[in-house]
Amino acid sequence: MKESENKIYFYPIWIRIWHGLNAIGILVLIYTGITMYYSNRGFQLMDFQLAINMHNITGIMVGLSYLIFSIGNLRTTNHKHYKVKRIGMFEKVLKQSQYYMVGMFNNQHPPFPLSEKRKFNPLQKLIYSIIMYVFMPGLIITGIGLLFPELIIENVYHLSGIFLTALLHASLGFLVSIFLIIHLYVASIGKHPLENFKSILNGYHDPNKH
Amino acid sequence: MRTSYLLFLFALILHGITLQAEEKNENTDVNGCLKCHSHQTITFTNTLTKHEDKRLMNPFYILDKDHFAKGVHAKFKCIDCHSSEYEQYPHKAELKLEPLNTCLDCHGGDVKYASFQFEKIDEEFQKSIHFKKIGESFTCSKCHNQHYYQAKSRNSAIVSDIVLFSNEMCMSCHSNNTKFQLLSDKLKPALAQIHDWLPNQELHFKNVRCIECHTQLVDSLAVSHNILPKEKALKNCEECHSKNSMLEASLYKYKNLQSRNQEGKLNTIISNKSYVIGAYQNTWLQRISFIILALVLLGIGFHVIARIMKKLI
Repeated sequence: MKESENKIYFYPIWIRIWHGLNAIGILVLIYTGITMYYSNRGFQLMDFQLAINMHNITGIMVGLSYLIFSIGNLRTTNHKHYKVKRIGMFEKVLKQSQYYMVGMFNNQHPPFPLSEKRKFNPLQKLIYSIIMYVFMPGLIITGIGLLFPELIIENVYHLSGIFLTALLHASLGFLVSIFLIIHLYVASIGKHPLENFKSILNGYHDPNKH
Repeated sequence: MRTSYLLFLFALILHGITLQAEEKNENTDVNGCLKCHSHQTITFTNTLTKHEDKRLMNPFYILDKDHFAKGVHAKFKCIDCHSSEYEQYPHKAELKLEPLNTCLDCHGGDVKYASFQFEKIDEEFQKSIHFKKIGESFTCSKCHNQHYYQAKSRNSAIVSDIVLFSNEMCMSCHSNNTKFQLLSDKLKPALAQIHDWLPNQELHFKNVRCIECHTQLVDSLAVSHNILPKEKALKNCEECHSKNSMLEASLYKYKNLQSRNQEGKLNTIISNKSYVIGAYQNTWLQRISFIILALVLLGIGFHVIARIMKKLI
């Protein structure tokens, strides 16, 4: 019982629902996206037409879940956790990176222990902000463009507008996939590799176990 | 001496007059016909009433002069294909019944046109649904209007032009009931409805030719002429949307496309081809993304090893 007293209610239900929807959606988008980009007449990861349909539907779903996230962020104090203070940002990010690379192997304590006020460490803040405020809107906007190609400018100088949009969409998609791999791995860092995964499901975080 | 000089001068003037007359003769040939056949109305003396009559021309016999001048047969005289008796006006009614020359009458077996492979085209066409259903009366001119035909797919450097020109040939009947019923008792097909399954229909219609899916590809021909029955049309996205896209062997086949464009190879590749999902696989982007992925996985791998080592020690 003593242990549970230390637990903080870290992830409210709406964040967990959004996070879950987003996670499933993004996994589907990555798989179907790879199917489309690396399409080959001799070998297909899945049926092309099905991949297109699933990518479109899941894309809309993830777009809507981004809307839930934006509304939730505006209506609650959640947005504060993403606020990056410019002064000393670089030093803080460097300090956190050094902890992951060296410090944690030398039994050092995390330089920015998580609390109710600080849900993300400086490195998380920076990366999550880039993902949520730059990459995701970029992906959604280019995705809407590709869903309704008549909206896209036909030619930008000599380049096809659709070509540029698709290139940007695929590049951002790739970067989000890379983020997902790192995100999943970093989540396993803790006293027990599954601790953080349990937290995002039940909402409780135990700072002592981190 | 003076006589021979005068004779030479006379000959020169005479030669000039003859040349001018010949030029005039050539000019009057097409233009003579087009005096009436490029206008909406015709004015003539009515032999019964002795009055000048102004009537509407039959719209099917009106030629677009500018369009004709751009066509492959622009230098032809009308009577090269039509009966020379058309030079008389009023034209004799039975002239309409005279069979016209077919494309192969001129182009067949001609060394000059060997590269166009007219015989092979004919052979392929005879396998097509058009020939099987309609037979001999489905002539080349049903698709290739002799008056306006341009060898777009060979000469145009702009893919969208090639697509538009090619699709207009199909649409001239398949979206026009009057022309469609010239060869069929049915009404024209509801194209938008039939192609309902095709995502981004408008974009596809604008960027690829109907024949991409509706013909059997023949490598030796620039443009395939074996139009397939509708049930055999391609309905498989991957045929085009893949690394080894079929479009490379059809629409983008024209090797001279790049050399014709003066703006350089890169521009041609990027701007002239439409972006086809799956078919655009840039080697450099792929390499960069594989390197980034490999580095990330390697980093994680080292980190995992370090964590395991720490636990063991």
